Amino acid sequence: MLKMSLVGHQSPPFFRRGPTPVARLLALVALCLVMLIADLRFRYLEVVRQALSVVTYPLQMVAKAPVDFVRNATVYFATLVEVQVENADLRRSQLEAAQRLLRFEHLERQNEELRRLLGMARSVEIHSVAAEILYDAPDPFARKVILDKGAHHGVVTGLAVVDAYGMIGQITRVYPVQSEVTLVTDKEQTIPVQVERSELRGVLVGGGKGLLEMRFVTADSDILPGDRLVSSGLDGIFLAGLPVARVVSVEPDGEAFLRVLGEPLARVERAVQVLVLGRATPAPPRPLPSSALDLSADSVESGDSAGEAKPE
Amino acid sequence: MQPTHRSNRILQPARTWFIYLSLLLALGFTYIPTGRLPGVPDWMALVLAFWCIREPLRVGMGAGFVFGLLIDVGHGAAMGQHALAYVLLCYFAGVLSRRVLWFPPLQQSLHVLPLLLLAQFIMVAVRLIGGAEFPGWWYFGSSLTGALCWAPLSFLLLLPQYQPVDRDDNRPI
Repeated sequence: MLKMSLVGHQSPPFFRRGPTPVARLLALVALCLVMLIADLRFRYLEVVRQALSVVTYPLQMVAKAPVDFVRNATVYFATLVEVQVENADLRRSQLEAAQRLLRFEHLERQNEELRRLLGMARSVEIHSVAAEILYDAPDPFARKVILDKGAHHGVVTGLAVVDAYGMIGQITRVYPVQSEVTLVTDKEQTIPVQVERSELRGVLVGGGKGLLEMRFVTADSDILPGDRLVSSGLDGIFLAGLPVARVVSVEPDGEAFLRVLGEPLARVERAVQVLVLGRATPAPPRPLPSSALDLSADSVESGDSAGEAKPE
Repeated sequence: MQPTHRSNRILQPARTWFIYLSLLLALGFTYIPTGRLPGVPDWMALVLAFWCIREPLRVGMGAGFVFGLLIDVGHGAAMGQHALAYVLLCYFAGVLSRRVLWFPPLQQSLHVLPLLLLAQFIMVAVRLIGGAEFPGWWYFGSSLTGALCWAPLSFLLLLPQYQPVDRDDNRPI
């Protein structure tokens, strides 16, 4: 009789707990690991991140209100003396800049004229957005900062961010009205550069300790402490000629290579007012390997058709 | 009157809307951009641990996963970094839940400290494997301040449950 009464009934809710906690733990941990690998290794999850950030955005705006308030309050209570000193500094630097600007306009016209005479391509037009650094990014594992301009103001990923002295970083993620800059000192930030004096090309990598390291410099290269490194623009993203770093030490690293360390020229950790710079038009696309013509020197000389030339 | 751990018997059950409101508030507090200020407690981990210990049948690893993911998105961290840490935090908080509540608040916070440290160690391990740089030892300071905040926070989160079922002016608490 007791057995009969139990058959028709479900167990009370207290005993229905679904899969065991260990099973749920393993499933969720596996899901997290898959997401981590997809994000850190392959960057597949940017779409999911954008979609979820629509949900979190209002809460984030509310959360940053007190920080904005404190920041505005400190600006409001800046003393008169500080403002006067700063104002005098700015007047002086503006006067210096004005002189150079006058010459610059003249040179630019001249450059345009010469390029036209030589039949060269026009120099790259610049797209720039003035922005302000709001705060350090909350992620303590990377050197990133947040700017107050975002997709609404024309910021896109990949643009260079400079202050008055040189490059401080690159836009790596864009939100509607904010964007995230990875600083040049971040461990994963890479910039194609050129030594200004000798035009030697190379790749600059953030060391993570505040210094930058120029990689794969062969031992016979012409590079000295004190050389300025500027962006080479070979990536098709950065503008050429933006100052990035000054070489502080050149040491032999094994037989074949040099260990070149540089310090950033820009005030990477202290800048507040910055400029986001990029090309107004995208760089021409790279040629595809499949469209390469098989023209070698001996095939041209002997008059053979392309593709049939064989070495002896 | 100061409620103590001994007054568990007369607590009202926690309301579901209050649980989720407190989790959302913790999410908001975690979103406050404090930059590199050392020792800011991880409010989300604290509130999740609190509910996993108090209500292990209603808040568990699923909540840890969802709120961890929201923090990953808001902080621009690696997707799944906080989620993984909070899932493990919630699991161990659930395991400890029957034991922790027998202790007074100070000793409860000594139980919570290793949970918070575990979550942080997992995040550091994940990011170091992913190639990031070590943020420095001050990073773990937020677990210490978090453990210090445990007693006042659990008092605040228990306040709604201390209300009497029916209003009685002569009731002492």
